[in-house]
Amino acid sequence: MKAFAALFEKLVLTQSRNRKIELLADYLRTTPDPDRGYALAALTGELSFANVKAGKLKDIVLRHVDPHLFSLSYDYVGDLGETIALIWPFRDKAAELPRLSVIIENLNTLSKPELPGYIEALLSAAEPHERWALVKLATGNLRIGVSTRLAKTALAQMNGHDIQHIEEIWHGMDSPYIQLFEWLEGKIDKPAIQHAQTFHPMMLSNPVDEEKDFEKLDPAQFQSEWKWDGIRVQLVMDADNKRLYSRTGDDISNSFPDLVDAATGSAVLDGELLVGAGFEAGSFNDLQQRLNRKTALPAHLEKFPAFMRVYDMLFDGDDDIRALPLIERRARLEAWLTDNPQTRLDLSPVLDFRTWDELAALRIQGADEHGHEGVMIKHKDAPYVPGRPKGLWYKWKRDPRLVDAVLMYAQRGHGKRSSYFSDYTFGVWKGNEIVPIGKAYFGFTDEELKLLDKWVRTHTIQRFGPVCEVTKELVFEVAFDSAQASPRHKSGIALRFPRINRIRWDKPVQEADTLETMTRFVA
Amino acid sequence: MAFLNHELHIGRINTYVDPRQPQERAIITHGHADHARWGHKKVLATPETIAVMQARYGLDCAGSFQPLNYGERLEIDDVAITLFPAGHILGSAQVLLEHKDCRIVVTGDYKRGADRTCTPFELVPCDILVTEATFGLPVFQHPDPALEINRLLESVAANKERAHLIGAYSLGKTQRVIKLLRESGYDDPIYLHGAQVKLCTLYQQLGIDLGELVPVSEATKDSLAGTITIAPPSALKDRWSRRFPDPVPAMASGWMSVKQRAKQSGVELPLVISDHCDWNELLQTVKETGAHTIWVTHGREDALVYACQRMGLAAEPLSLQGYEDEGEE
Repeated sequence: MKAFAALFEKLVLTQSRNRKIELLADYLRTTPDPDRGYALAALTGELSFANVKAGKLKDIVLRHVDPHLFSLSYDYVGDLGETIALIWPFRDKAAELPRLSVIIENLNTLSKPELPGYIEALLSAAEPHERWALVKLATGNLRIGVSTRLAKTALAQMNGHDIQHIEEIWHGMDSPYIQLFEWLEGKIDKPAIQHAQTFHPMMLSNPVDEEKDFEKLDPAQFQSEWKWDGIRVQLVMDADNKRLYSRTGDDISNSFPDLVDAATGSAVLDGELLVGAGFEAGSFNDLQQRLNRKTALPAHLEKFPAFMRVYDMLFDGDDDIRALPLIERRARLEAWLTDNPQTRLDLSPVLDFRTWDELAALRIQGADEHGHEGVMIKHKDAPYVPGRPKGLWYKWKRDPRLVDAVLMYAQRGHGKRSSYFSDYTFGVWKGNEIVPIGKAYFGFTDEELKLLDKWVRTHTIQRFGPVCEVTKELVFEVAFDSAQASPRHKSGIALRFPRINRIRWDKPVQEADTLETMTRFVA
Repeated sequence: MAFLNHELHIGRINTYVDPRQPQERAIITHGHADHARWGHKKVLATPETIAVMQARYGLDCAGSFQPLNYGERLEIDDVAITLFPAGHILGSAQVLLEHKDCRIVVTGDYKRGADRTCTPFELVPCDILVTEATFGLPVFQHPDPALEINRLLESVAANKERAHLIGAYSLGKTQRVIKLLRESGYDDPIYLHGAQVKLCTLYQQLGIDLGELVPVSEATKDSLAGTITIAPPSALKDRWSRRFPDPVPAMASGWMSVKQRAKQSGVELPLVISDHCDWNELLQTVKETGAHTIWVTHGREDALVYACQRMGLAAEPLSLQGYEDEGEE
């Protein structure tokens, strides 16, 4: 555990990506099995302990620390794990921190009543600077800028392997990755994995650069589809198994049994998860009711039936077709859907256009008349390449909606922005008062953040714990994707994906928008 | 009862402690810029603090100076003033004010831990304690600075091809880091940013041995590999730092215990070395002085006031503006 804690702290503090890769590769080379495999799982977010949650850890700490002082501390530090690590009041110098694999085994197997005592002993055995890694490990949420891609790059660097080979088998491997390391160290051949039973990394798009890209791209070489407002999923099916995965490879089958049970055939399909009866997609808000639930509520199955709008195919039966051009994969997909009639899968239609101007008109029409998020533009000859390759898939989102809103409250950010007031609540006029319509915490540069932070500090009129109310003097141009009626908000409106588009230092607050003008955006 | 008001003004003798505006008469606890300001008519302080002020702002930064040694009692009308060591930096003092039966101590900035660049903190029993709370949250539990110096030396040994650049305030922290390095047996020359030279020289003149110090402007890039340089924190990200071979940015400050904070300022090697009390030392001081009333001048007042009230003491925040806060010491 000591080596892992040291690695963790270095990874947090190291800025350079290459140095992070070096640090990780070095750790993986010098640390024995199974510890290194568990460390890899922890860093890539593969570890979680059913009975250890951040809230539980907080409860343990609150047995020994005054809750008010804890909450002041948390507001200050901005990271729950780090707050727990810093505030823990005991240090048992006689105790030794066990090795990583032992800790993980215990966190997995100890019973609920045994866990708090075990965790207390661990916290006291750790040096203060080791506790943070311990807390993050236990809550299974490291978030320290080590992406799975970075971890795979480090694995490749360990012994000079090609990262593509690691990608191919990654999702067939399980923590603590003994086989993977044996192969990397040349002790065994590359492990074979069952293609049809695992998640395959997805191909992602890049935003189109309207100024530069269109003059270079030949419209005849591309096909276009609507950009659907759901979540990206992969459906993996063979004779024995059916699994639905999120974009990051999380198995979400149990949340959508209606879709998974109804799907038939053998294939790996790529598409959009949507909800609505008769393939009529409801709003993202409807879909959200069903997301992040471990199981589906019967009422939701009835009210928000799930379906998948398919746009690509990776495996046709056992046949890996990822190397084929898009246009051939599309033909295989259409044929497969004809042979395997479905009640919860339909095909994402291909849009008809000849010039980019025609597509631009379609995009605006789709947004105005059907609320589409935009269009996807895909190269007809492109193979299915995991990751975000350049020049093959583009997304062209519809123009954002804009509103001039007034800054009302500011709150400290979290993580590395914890010393800045970086979360902003803004509102619009309703008669003579300003009512809040949303909250945003990005869209500005670091330089602007410094100016905003300073502005907030000098214009605070009232404090509510971590929240500062400011004088109503500063106007933001806020961009958002859509607005929805929401009885939960005082203004009656909820914005989707709001961000600060511009800071209108120049604009008088009287000229900010009104709630009436907002309601015309409501879908 | 209190003959000192919430502005730290002693009305009976028209004297302020660490005033933030130019005043007729000021008692200065120590030489940091947020406490020692330019332009008072009469300044009362320890001889070391006066030397620091004159070195930083010029000989005429106040109308006149009156030195008062630690422990010497000065009576003005019916108020008695005594300065006691605060252990914060060289010359730093707590101010004991006595009037009739009432004893008030204004701590200024202070710490309880060992520091061989200044006289150690001395506990002064009192009725009213006016304390700082820079690190007034239970998340602040400062480690032994010797351990932090060991981490620095390990990093230097492991990165022989890189230069170590330590951000540290030029008054107090810089000299303390140097002294800690010397105490741990590090005898190599220590390099200084130009802004650190003057006060290091003053410390040496006042009898604090800091070993061999070299202005970094005298060294070549290659020769700086494997060495330690101390610079103002702002210089770490400045173009100035390009003169170093692949520098490891380090910072010596109590804030460095919050790693997200360290990361945010681009620090790769955070060294938790503080010249202020941590949470436990603040509470210890509150208890040991026996004060029945606690005023908290600046820092994280809410938590300390709350904790004092839980101990059954009268406590209130003064929320004095103008003392430096986040990221500063």
